Amino acid sequence: MAQPMGFFTDTTVCIGCKACEVACKEWNQLPATNGGVNTLSGDSYDNTRQLDGTHWRHVRFVEQFTPERTDGRWLLMSDVCKHCVHAGCMEVCPTGAIIRTEFDTVVIQSDTCNGCRDCIGACPFGVIGINPVSNTAQKCTLCYDRLQNGLEPACAKACPTDSINFGPIAELKTLAAKRVGTLHERGEKGAYLYGADDKMLGGLNSFYLLVDRPEVYGLPPDPKMPSRNLVKGGVWAAFGAVVVGLLGLFSFRNRGRD
Amino acid sequence: MAPSSTFFTASPQWHWTIITYFFIGGLAGGCYVLAVLIDLFGRLVDRPLARLGYGVAFPAIVLSGLLLMLDLGRPERFWHMLIESHTFRPMLKSYSPMSFGSWILLAFGGFALLSVLAALAEAGRIRWTWPLRLRAPGPLGTLVSLVGGLLGFFVTGYTGVLLAVTNRPIWSDSPLLGLTFVISAASSSAALLILLAHRRYRTPGLAALERFDMMVLALEPIAIIALIVSLGSVARVWLSVWGLLLLLVVVLGILVPLALQWRSAGVDTRPAVTAALLVLIGGLVLRTVIVLSADAARVVWRV
Repeated sequence: MAQPMGFFTDTTVCIGCKACEVACKEWNQLPATNGGVNTLSGDSYDNTRQLDGTHWRHVRFVEQFTPERTDGRWLLMSDVCKHCVHAGCMEVCPTGAIIRTEFDTVVIQSDTCNGCRDCIGACPFGVIGINPVSNTAQKCTLCYDRLQNGLEPACAKACPTDSINFGPIAELKTLAAKRVGTLHERGEKGAYLYGADDKMLGGLNSFYLLVDRPEVYGLPPDPKMPSRNLVKGGVWAAFGAVVVGLLGLFSFRNRGRD
Repeated sequence: MAPSSTFFTASPQWHWTIITYFFIGGLAGGCYVLAVLIDLFGRLVDRPLARLGYGVAFPAIVLSGLLLMLDLGRPERFWHMLIESHTFRPMLKSYSPMSFGSWILLAFGGFALLSVLAALAEAGRIRWTWPLRLRAPGPLGTLVSLVGGLLGFFVTGYTGVLLAVTNRPIWSDSPLLGLTFVISAASSSAALLILLAHRRYRTPGLAALERFDMMVLALEPIAIIALIVSLGSVARVWLSVWGLLLLLVVVLGILVPLALQWRSAGVDTRPAVTAALLVLIGGLVLRTVIVLSADAARVVWRV
């Protein structure tokens, strides 16, 4: 197996150019418009709005301004599938369409997926959506085809500021820790890494440097595996079945003795 | 601030086909279980009532399968749920309720077919006599009843566990959806059998069914309150039109039918029929609220 590969996205150097979004769409042949109709958000430079089946990269624009707009800042983050080490989507997928590759990335095989959409609700980050062309669930593949041919993913290749760093996870973690240290030295004390250690879903193979709370970037503060409810939910349902069964037994057996 | 990390996820867009499946599938499992209970513990005179249960369960589970296929983005690939499409090996994940549930639905469909054949043979609707052995009493029939009944129970409740094993608001913020669905399927199934049987089969079994429905209906508000409590602050999502609908389910779909059944107590069948209709509508609306309010959570909370 090749070594685990992934992304380290340093949001502090993202300039919101969306070159990553364009490169992703171009390489993966994803439609640029929604069925030929351009939809504008109307209240932001962010017209992509979310990750889904046709948007595998999304540059989020967080606008933090005072009410009188005399002071403020932009937080920009190029978001993508997190390629979780413990992947909720892969856990629930009933067809086996979602696989872990030799690069420790998570890929949906479009020829196996039957569009049940269980993975969409199971993903803790909401990155998966139905692609209307294939009618199957799709998301970032971390350019599996490019990786197999020794190329870096299209988004990382296109990023002009190196906000998106691609490489072996171990190297990315070293780079990220160094960058956090530099930012702290320069006075940006709020800088921290999101998903770099294995406490979050065993580690995110796409992790981030953030300077505000995760929620501000639309990221869950405490993402969890879907299976956390499996045993609890099953035991309670079985308890319900036992109660209903006993009530039935009591009702019908009583009548039988009449 | 969002009350749970589930508020950062995307909707699987499970809408009317899935809601209808949850309802019809619950009726299939529930009616089968009731038929088994009547077969195993009821009187001989109640066997037509049990036949009715099997007669509902089989078409309902077939319809359930069709609804599930229809809901897929690629319906022609429904078999990928059971067979891995590259290797043609069986596809089963015991920890994925949808994967496990697909196999249970297939197995339950098989048992429902055996039981409905037995029922048809007993009623003289088909000429074969061999299916008669597939119903209790008798060792083979008892085995079919017991295994089919367990599968039926699973079908009534696994859908709630399936919703919980995601990361969506409400669904995965409580472990009690499976329990709620089991109890609701039991009351809806009893109501449907009462509705279908009240003219034809006025046997002791029907009175037992009415008593059973009253007891289960009495439990249902407790399950719903427990569900709300278990949701914690997420339950505030239901301080909206969804909560109003849920309140209507409790009042019109549970408490009013309970009072009507209590009053009718056997002689006048009209209140019991009204009660059964209200319980069925309540069961459908309960599932609608649970499924659709997850999609509304972010809007209600203004995340």
